[in-house]
Order: sequence, then C-alpha cells, then structure tokens
Amino acid sequence: MFASIHAPGNLPILLDCAKRFSPLVEITSPDIVTFDIRGLSRAYGEPAKIASEIDRVIGIPAHIAIASNPDAAVCAAQGIAGICVISPGDEGQALSGLSMHLLGCPAEMGELFDLWGIRTFGQFAALPATGVAVRLGGEGVYWQRVARGTARRQLRLVEEKADYSREMELEDPISLLEPLFFLLARFLIELCAELTTRSLATNEIRLRLTLEKKAEHLVTLRLPVPMVDQKALLKLLELELSGQPPGAAITKIQLTMEAVKPRVTQEDFFAPAYPSPEKIELTIARIRNCVGTGNVGCPRVLDTHKPDGFVMEALGGPLAGARGSGSLNDVRLAFRRFRPPEKAQVISESQPVHIMSAVARGVVEIAKGPWFTSGNWWRADAWNREEWDIALRSGALYRIFRDLHTQAWFVEGNYD
Amino acid sequence: MPSALAALEAPSLVPQEPVLAPFPIPIGVNLPRAALTELVGGISSGRTSLLLSMLQVVTEQGEFCALVDVRNTFDPESGAAAGIELSRLLWVRCGGNVEHALKAADLLVRAGGFGMVVLDVSGAPASVMRRIPIASWFRLRHGAEHSGAALIVTGEHIQAGSCAKLQLTIYPKEILWSAKLLRGIRSIAQFSKRRGEANVCFDSRSR
Repeated sequence: MFASIHAPGNLPILLDCAKRFSPLVEITSPDIVTFDIRGLSRAYGEPAKIASEIDRVIGIPAHIAIASNPDAAVCAAQGIAGICVISPGDEGQALSGLSMHLLGCPAEMGELFDLWGIRTFGQFAALPATGVAVRLGGEGVYWQRVARGTARRQLRLVEEKADYSREMELEDPISLLEPLFFLLARFLIELCAELTTRSLATNEIRLRLTLEKKAEHLVTLRLPVPMVDQKALLKLLELELSGQPPGAAITKIQLTMEAVKPRVTQEDFFAPAYPSPEKIELTIARIRNCVGTGNVGCPRVLDTHKPDGFVMEALGGPLAGARGSGSLNDVRLAFRRFRPPEKAQVISESQPVHIMSAVARGVVEIAKGPWFTSGNWWRADAWNREEWDIALRSGALYRIFRDLHTQAWFVEGNYD
Repeated sequence: MPSALAALEAPSLVPQEPVLAPFPIPIGVNLPRAALTELVGGISSGRTSLLLSMLQVVTEQGEFCALVDVRNTFDPESGAAAGIELSRLLWVRCGGNVEHALKAADLLVRAGGFGMVVLDVSGAPASVMRRIPIASWFRLRHGAEHSGAALIVTGEHIQAGSCAKLQLTIYPKEILWSAKLLRGIRSIAQFSKRRGEANVCFDSRSR
C-alpha cells in the first residue's frame, strides 16, 4: 500500500511527515509526496487508521490518499479532498470521476483526449485497450492503466546525502594522543559500519580538533583509492597525528568522512602483482612519517626546458601507464643530480681547466661545450646558464654550469 | 596388487611453490627475484645507467618498483629517457639519512607487490655505512625472500657482503666522445659471486 499527501506549497512539511512513517519516500511533484506504508498495519492498524495518523502528524490541511499503487494514490490525493482510502480492486471505481487533467499525461495526448470528448478517468478507462494501443502506442496503454488504477511502478526514492560525521565535546581536555586514538577508533568503527551498510567507502577524512587556548588543528587525509578498512584508516590518522601533533589540549573532536562509491576492479589472472592499495597507502604513510611529506611519490617530468623540472604525484593504480613486453632496450647514459647544485671554483680560460668543489676537484682533462640555456626571464625562477661536460683525470664525468646572472660556477651532477 | 595399480595412482596434490621468473637485464644475465643483489661501482662507471635499464625492464613488464634514494640524486628526466614507466616507480627521497633509507627499504620490501626495490646508498658517508649492522642486511634479504621482490643495493662499495646472492661490480673502461658531444661510457661488468661467468662489456649511450 502507498500513501500520498497533497498540500500545495508545503513540501518540507510533507517530506518531514512522510519520513516519520517510511524511509521509502518519493517527491512526486513539488506539492505531492508519496511513500510506502507496507508493514505499518502492525503499528497503526487498518489503512484508514494510518491515514488519520498521517493527518494528525502533518498538522496542516492536506489531502491524503491511500491506494494499492503509487499512481492511484497520487491521483486520488490530487482529486479527492480530505482523506481517501481505496481498497485494492476498487481503484477504477474510486478514480472514475476524476478530471482528465489530473492524469498527468503529456500535453499533446491531453489535447487529443479533449478532441475525443473524454473528460474523466472513467471515460478513458472504458475505451478498449487494443484501440488505445493502436492509436496512442505503449504510452497510451500505460496512461489508461493509470486511469483504471492498475498501473504498477516503483517509487523514485529521494536520495539522501547522508552526513558521515561524528563529534564529541570533551568534559576534560585531552593532552595525550593515546586517548584521542581510542575515541577516533570508536568513531571510525561506527562510520565504517555505516558506509559498509550502504555499500560505500571513503576517499577523504577530515579531522577537526578544537584546542584549548589555540586555533583549531585540522588534519585531512586524501586517499588515492576509496577505503573502508577502519584499522587502516586509524593507522593513517595515527601516523598523521604523530607527525603533526596538535599543539595544545583537545576540547572537541569532529571527524567527517566523504562517502564515495567503492573501487570495483576485476583482477587479471595473468597481470603482474601490484601493491594492495590499502597496504601501500599505509606503507607510504609510514615512510612519509619518517622521511617527510613530499619526499614519497611518483615523479612526473614537467613539459619544460627548466633543469630538474618534475613534480611528485601519488603512486598509480594497477592500470597506471602503458604496459609493454619488458623488452631489453639499449643502456642509456644516466645522470645523477646534486640537489642543490654544488658550488664550485673553476679556473676557466676559453674552457674550464681546473675545478675545485666538495664533490669534484682536479684538473679537467676534457671539456665539451659550452651549451647555453635560459628561460622564464619574466619570472623569479628565471635561469640563464652556460653548461659544460667535463672529464677529470680520475675518469669522473660531471656536468657543470656557470650562472650567467651571478657568474658563479656549480656542479649540477655526474654522469654514471 | 599395489605394483599392478601403480600406474593408476592419483597425482600428488601437494601445492608447488610458485616459481618467480627472474628479470632479464641488458647485459645478458638474469636478475634473481626474492634475493638481494649488489650493484657496485665508482663514479661514472655506468652503474646507474645499468640500474635504470633494470628498472625500465621491470616497469615495462607492468610491475611496480621502488627506489629508496639516500642522497636524492635520481634524475626523473634520465629515468624517462631510459624508458622507465615513472607512474610505476615509487621514489623515496631520504635527504642523506641512511637510517631512514634502511627503514623505508625494509617497509617496502615487506609490503609485497613490488617487483623490484632499489636501495641506492651512493654518496652516503663511509663512516655511517660501516655502522650498519650485518643484521640489517639479513633482515632486508629475508624481506625480499618473503615478498618475492628483487632487492638491489647499489653504491660505491660492497655493503651487504654474504647476504647478496649476486654481486655485480661495474668498472669504467673508456669515455666515448664524438666531436663536441659526450656519447657515453663503455663499462665492464664483473660477476663476483658466479664462478665461470665471464665479464661483460657494455656501452651506456646518451642518444
């Protein structure tokens, strides 16, 4: 059974009332709300009693209809004033007197009914179904079923944007991390259970800690893949908070999770193994805690001529990058870069002849160059340099450069 | 009777240990998996070039690699030029801290799912390297055996010693010049732990 409430201009009240009776609610139009009342007979009794309970709860003048299908309930709520309860099988008779403009069919079809002289549901319902199908097609047959009160459809449920957050004001401020983790574990268990019941996961966790006599401490964890493993999430938060602990005692905790659809992947029997996203995220968080944020990731070479132009990104998923056959290429000469470049003293005539620095010193046997490179002259990170490849007597090969702004020499790195 | 039915005996259902195929490397040998390999060589010996070509082979096969870089000297541009699929390479920059590098390598080698884990200790002070207990190298080797990753320790000198299954020492032979350009380095790879394996000469070319 379905109930429909019609009260023009009162959608929030209608919605609130419907949600008190059922989680399966449809906003049929801005003036009508329809909901499923199956199973309510145990609590309230017969449909008539359910209707009067709805009337009592809503508290404003509204037209309430109960029928065996949503369309019949909607039409009855629109066309019959007050409370209307239609028993199963009586829909055709109950709706027969309703005006055709309540049917809700497309305007063109409505005009056609006008031309045919059909004014009520009853007149339309009396037409032979085959004739309607021939003249109006499948859509016409559906609207005739609505007029007869026999149409069957599912409710178009209101999608709720659930709030996955927990907060707690503490009577006594917490100054240690251990009790904080204990509370966070409780929040995470509850929130992960909620997400799991809705087949969801999270890709972002925001922790807001209100501190005593200090500004708020915010921690945001952005996960590369949606996760719902409470232990892994707690460990990530522990690592993050251990690395950046709040500077004062905590008076309030607020934990929010961003709900997203979980990652669905089909494993490939022949594909090489790849790190499990949850495990690798934990491992990376542990390493990040050790070596510092920004020092762990995948390098991506930037499309620029600027020396050492790259950014660090998150590790790609199992499908990251193109996959080849693992063919053996020729060995390419590699370069090892000193970061930052080492300052050097270079004796130079037409070319460098002697170098003195922390990493390379001695007579330059062979020097090839110079190569000039410059760029970004309009910005603060402009470069303008003269580069040389040099070989020392020891056999070591270096790339050195002279900054043409400051005339200072640097060792950029060595070939290896 | 048992001898008459011997041919009908059910085959053994004891699960076999999966065999991890070694990675071929461009100098004509295979790099063992689930083992520690040492790759040593001096400055401009061609050692890093060979290392990058190993990473290229592994990432191109679709496997993930990790590079723990003690002195932050890896050049992504060189890596890309060598053909490494950088989106499958996890680079850990340790800023000169050897202790952090050992910890990161240990975590990565035990995490599983990485085809190759490289610990690059080039440029680390000898005094610090000498203080690393042998137990640390055994722990790393055990992690590699457990996860099936090929663990490579690279630097100027041999560090892991008896923990390594294969030791490759690279010596520079000559520098290849052409007019004003550096063409590459000709190197010799010597296998320290494989009897009868001949030395291999290879070129690392810039273009």
